[in-house]
Amino acid sequence: MVLATNATVEVRLPSRLGFEKVAMGTAASVARLMGFSEDRVEDLKTAIAEACINAMEHGNKFNEALPVAIVLTIHDTSLEVRVVDKGTGPDHPVPPPDIDRKMHGEEPARGLGMFLIQSLVDEVEWVRGSPNGDNYMRLVIRLDKERLDKASQ
Amino acid sequence: MQTETKANVDKSVGASGQPVTILRFIGDISSTSRDAVLGTYQNLPEADRARILLDFSKVEYINSSGIALIIQMLLAASKSDQIIRAFGLTPHFQKVFTMVGITKYTSLFPDEGTAKASF
Repeated sequence: MVLATNATVEVRLPSRLGFEKVAMGTAASVARLMGFSEDRVEDLKTAIAEACINAMEHGNKFNEALPVAIVLTIHDTSLEVRVVDKGTGPDHPVPPPDIDRKMHGEEPARGLGMFLIQSLVDEVEWVRGSPNGDNYMRLVIRLDKERLDKASQ
Repeated sequence: MQTETKANVDKSVGASGQPVTILRFIGDISSTSRDAVLGTYQNLPEADRARILLDFSKVEYINSSGIALIIQMLLAASKSDQIIRAFGLTPHFQKVFTMVGITKYTSLFPDEGTAKASF
């Protein structure tokens, strides 16, 4: 299937845990259509799930009336994902988890989501005050060179 | 929307002849899985907690809150010199567990046979 560059797919979810799986399924379908390998699709699914959970919990405070929007934009060599909520983003950088401190009870066992997102996709940034007033987390996952060569043949 | 987590408890024997308790998880492992994950572990008789295997072969979705529950179980086990090992994770979640550092505190095996043989 030839996909139009800059084509977008948008999903809106209530801020209720479990609905992140709808975003995971949608993103996986788009990524497979673009030719991403299954291991990268799995990376994307986990990153999007964690971004949606953060948006529901920290951005929208689990207010089910506030939606989380997931906008997937297809580019030539990458898939861009915006996860939009009503929050203002983290106040400070989230430190990476320290498993030794967790295993000694010196830091909470939770707090792994942002680390997983950063580890599993190629770019992550928090965008505040976009032209339409949205605040969102922007993720980018790139098609690898091998796939691009294959697609161009 | 979230799949309820079920946990079944089986008893087996390791290669050394020592008893091994297997916690078989079914469904998602997320923030709603506390009772299934930690509750099942905490309700085991003391004698059944010495060697535990976690079976993830019927788990499709684990999120960061679910991983945190596993870390809490490992923390509790480490305080009592109990050994917890795991098998049945997909390659993706093996990678995620390794990224997070859990593999410093437990061992992951591809299947039940190799996991049981490690005891």
